[in-house]
Parts: sequence; C-alpha cells; structure tokens
Amino acid sequence: MTENVMIRVENLRRYFYSTPPLLNRLIEGKRRQTIRAVDGIDFEIKTGRCLSLVGESGCGKSTVARLVVGLYKPTTGRVEFGGGRPDSPAAGETGPSPQRVQMIFQDPYASLNPRWRVSDIVAEPIRHEHRRKGRMAISQRVDELLSLVGLSPGDGRKYPHEFSGGQRQRVSIARALAGDPDFLVCDEPTSALDVSVQAQILNLMKRLQQQYRLTYLFISHDLAVVYYISDDVGVMYLGRLCELADTKTLFARPKHPYTRFLLDAIPDLDMSGRERLPVGGEVPSPINPPTGCSFHPRCPHADIRCKTEVPRLNEHGGTRVACHAVEEGRLPDSKD
Amino acid sequence: MSTSHASLLEISDLKVEFPTRRGTLVAVNGVSFNIEAGEVLGLVGESGAGKSMTGNAIIGLLEAPGRIAGGAIRLAGRRIDDLPYEEMRKIRGREIGAIFQDPLTSLNPLYTIERQLVETMMTHLGISKRKARERAIELLHEVGIPSAEERIHHYPHQFSGGMRQRVVIALALCSDPKLIIADEPTTALDVSIQAQIIGLMKKLCRDHQTAILLITHDMGVIAETADRVAVMYAGRVVEIGSVRDVVRRGQHPYTTGLMGSIPKIGDDVERLSQIDGAMPGLTEVPSGCAFHPRCGVAMAVCRQDTPILQRCEHTEVACWQVVNARTEPKGET
Repeated sequence: MTENVMIRVENLRRYFYSTPPLLNRLIEGKRRQTIRAVDGIDFEIKTGRCLSLVGESGCGKSTVARLVVGLYKPTTGRVEFGGGRPDSPAAGETGPSPQRVQMIFQDPYASLNPRWRVSDIVAEPIRHEHRRKGRMAISQRVDELLSLVGLSPGDGRKYPHEFSGGQRQRVSIARALAGDPDFLVCDEPTSALDVSVQAQILNLMKRLQQQYRLTYLFISHDLAVVYYISDDVGVMYLGRLCELADTKTLFARPKHPYTRFLLDAIPDLDMSGRERLPVGGEVPSPINPPTGCSFHPRCPHADIRCKTEVPRLNEHGGTRVACHAVEEGRLPDSKD
Repeated sequence: MSTSHASLLEISDLKVEFPTRRGTLVAVNGVSFNIEAGEVLGLVGESGAGKSMTGNAIIGLLEAPGRIAGGAIRLAGRRIDDLPYEEMRKIRGREIGAIFQDPLTSLNPLYTIERQLVETMMTHLGISKRKARERAIELLHEVGIPSAEERIHHYPHQFSGGMRQRVVIALALCSDPKLIIADEPTTALDVSIQAQIIGLMKKLCRDHQTAILLITHDMGVIAETADRVAVMYAGRVVEIGSVRDVVRRGQHPYTTGLMGSIPKIGDDVERLSQIDGAMPGLTEVPSGCAFHPRCGVAMAVCRQDTPILQRCEHTEVACWQVVNARTEPKGET
C-alpha cells in the first residue's frame, strides 16, 4: 500500500438477512431474504483528503460508514488502513484501531449520553486510550478540546441537554478529536442542524481538517454541503458506487445518468427560471434490486445490456463511472 | 386595510403565548401578513422562529397550553381565530387544508386510503359515497399515484414516503380548499422525490387556484415555489417581500446572513459566511431587536427598541440599520 493512502476499501459487501416467522416460511413458503445494503464497493482515501458519499436514503451510505469504523463486520471484502502517523501500527492491518478512527453521528441528541457531564463525555476516549495520565492532565486536555471546537472550558460541567443542537455537535466533534484520530467518519453531521448553524459546523470541520491534517469520510445527502467540504465524491445507488470523481469534475461534468438526475433535482437558489426535471420513480427496495444496472428502471438511456449486465466502475475521462451507456459512448456529454 | 378588496387570508398582529409556571412565553409576537387567492407565501426561518406556531394558529391546532393572545386571523374577510372548536372544525379541512412534514402521522394507519379520502369528502362536501369514491380515484390520479383504482384499497404503510406525501396532498385537496397550510412538506423526503412533490404542488396550486402558506427552513424550496417570502426570527417577521427580492437582495442582516450560510454548488469559498450563535430560546429572547446579539451591524438603538416592519426600497424590513440608512441621505438632500 502506498505511503499516503489512509484507507482502502476493497470489494466491500454487507448483507443483512431478514427471516420471516417460522409459520410463514413453512406454510406460505417464504424464503429468507437478503438485503444487499452494500454490494461491492471499492475506494481509497488519501491522507488529508475528504471523500464524500452521497445518495438517497437506503443507498447504503451509512452502512459503509459503519463498516469503515468497524461497527459492522463486512460480509466480504476488506477495509485496510495505512500511512498516517509513524507510531501507527504496520500498514496492511485489517480492521480499524479505535484510536485512529473516530465517528461523528447525525443526531447530536441521541449520540451523547444524557447522564454524563460534557467533560466526562469528552474525557472518555482519553481515559480509554490512556493517552493522558492523571486527573489534571486529562481535564486540561478536555478544556483544550472544548476551546478548540468553540465552546468554553466551563461548558464541561454542563449536561448535554443544556446545549443547542449545534453546540452538541461541537461536543461530538470534541469527543471524536479526543482520541487524536487521523481519520474521521462523519455520518450526516449537519443534517439535523439549521443552516446558519450548519455553516458554523462545516467551517469548524474544515478548519480542523487543515489544522490536524485529518482525513474525512463524509456521508451526506446534501450535494451543496458535499461540494463545499469534499475533495472527492462518490455517488451511491442501491449499495453500489455509480460514479467516483474529484469534486470539481463530478459537479462540472457529471457522467452517470443518476448523478445528472441528482444534480438536476437540486433546488435552484439563483432562480434562473430553470425548471427542475424530476426523476421519475423512487429508489427500489434493496431486497429485490433490479437486475443488471440497478438504476435501469429509472434511466432514460437504458437498453437491453443495462437490464442484464451489472456495469463495472471503470475509468472514463478522469472519472470512474459504472454505466454501459457512458462506456459505449451512447450518452451525450453533459453541459459544462 | 388600504386595499379595496379583502385578501384571502389576513393576519394582523398575531400573538401566540404559552403560559408556563415560570412565566408566559411568547412564541409568535405581532406577526402580520396577507395571502392573496392563488398565491404561495413562503414562511422561512430556523427552528424556534415560530413559523409552525403561526401555521398551527391559523388552522386552530395550537397545542395546549398555547393560545392566541392577540391579533386577528381573517379568512376571506371572516374572523376565524375566535371561533368555537366545532365551527373551526368545519373550516379546517373544508376551507383550509393542511400538509404536514411527516405523512405517516397525518394519515390514520388503521384506515385504507379510500376510507380516509371518502369520509373526508362526505363530511365536508356532503356528497354520496359513490361520488366521493369516484372523485377520490380522480384525485389520486391527479397527484400522480399509478393504478389508483387498486392502490386506493391500500393502507398508509403500504406506500413509500413520496407516495404517502402524495396521498396527503390528495387529502388536503379533496374538499377544494382555498388555502393550504403546508408545514415542511418536503423535509422528510429525498431530493429527487422532493423535486417531484414541489412540481406537483405548484401544478395543483395553479390548476385549482389554491393559495399555499409554505412553511419551511429550506431556502431552495422557497426560491422555487413561493411568490412572496416572509422571514421569521424569534417570533417576529423580520423581512417580507417578493421571493426574488428577498432571496437575491434581502436587506435584513439575518436574511443576508441566512442566505450567505447556505453552501452553493459552484461557489468556491474557503469558508462559508456564518452567523455566530444560535436562535435564542423562548425564555431568553433579547431586548430590542432579538437579532442584535448575533448581528454584525448592531447599534445602541437595536439593544433597546424593537424595530417594526416598514417598507424600505423593495422589501418590508424590521431593522434599524436599514431604516436609518434610508432616512439619513434623504434628510441631507
């Protein structure tokens, strides 16, 4: 693995099984069902960069986040960590080590223990990792972290309910930073926040990334947020990546029909009078995904090959796209 | 009113209070606006601004102990804020429809879609069951539910989120109301579904000449859908004007701050412009202009006196800075 790759994900799959009750299986002959939440994903993130995964609900982006931090075990495939700090374990190790990977969750109301004081919440990773010894050293570090995320050290004595949503998310960030991570997985960290607070949190996250050379895996459904925060973007649909490119390229020249649809669906703040072209239909169930390219029932460019053959993520003009139509050159280039 | 005709909905100086043990909390403080027939008025603001409270006050669904403490709400000239519960019940659903954020909670999970639609129409329109059924299928077609004849027998849980919201829209439209209160109708939906629902609402509003009060925190949705916008902050309207003027050249520092803090695709900025702090809680609304602690251009007067909404240039604004900037040069010339 090359020196500056923080994380590499190879052929990652995670299936969930839903088993109907015994009688339904015996009498109605219902089978055990497989939900292919993540169905073969490859990507890597270089140190100090931010990869965002976007997609609609149910596309498996949060499952990827959980697989990467080790909250789920992959069904197949591997997550490798490498590079990073010199004191880190040897490259090629599988499974994340907690001190290097931390996660920020979407709901700041559910992810902080309501019975703990904020200082204890932030101190937990420090205690767990034995990074600082002694009460004084730990509380000093906690104060430092709270100031770093824009809270005052005195806030450590409060309980989570005394804070607003944005401040709670700052506590989550302080807690994530307490373990001195190299890599942060952020699962929709601003979706529960108001726009003015969202801007504060995004600015904070970007500043911290530069200050500590953090690597981010950022999960979001908001394309504008993704444009602001990320260096690379992966678009997911039904457990697979359909397009992966650097942010500028992806937004300027989207290739996959689904990416184009998503970009067209963004509300137009400039009021240029552009009519949104709604994508017909909805995301199909991952229990019974369509055959071939899973986007084909909604895709205007689908042909027989799309219905039968799963497209692979291939290099195509600077981006990686999984689309037969793009590969065959059937698709007109999008506007620049 | 200075206008010769009565607006469809007139809200004047509306005040909503919550008496609590620790004192009275004012959730909506002197809000006034009008909605004309067929118009879409957007009501934006962050959580806690009082926009949903305003909507709930109009349809008479304030949760106790919340109550309307002052002002008046007139629907087509008739006062509706002081009606007894039963009277209001007839107006709600018949003349004012409602669409809420979570379609699952606004549909009864134990009834089929048919029963909910048919019952509503029989109650409000007094038509026969057969007629109501025919119209229900027609409506489901209109809101874009495929094979409506079969799907009408389904229960809400058998629909996806986007389809459910379509059913709710059909339910809101079924008695042909003049006004629909849509409280965050697309917030729980994915962007592609959101685009479908917004397109649908715009079309129906045009076809049926229905006015909509669109309550949302999403400026993008407002920019696409509304004719006029009112921006709310801490229980007051701070700016109101045509959607173009407010979104593109809003004058209130909160409006411009809010617009600036939205990340935009194609804007390459290192930092988003941000408004520091957060919306004050109802127990701690600052004196004077409630926005002054977060405002970059606050003056001494902002801390003491509450600015009132007045017309300045292209929008109506409640801000001392804007008012002064306009009056001073005039005094010189």
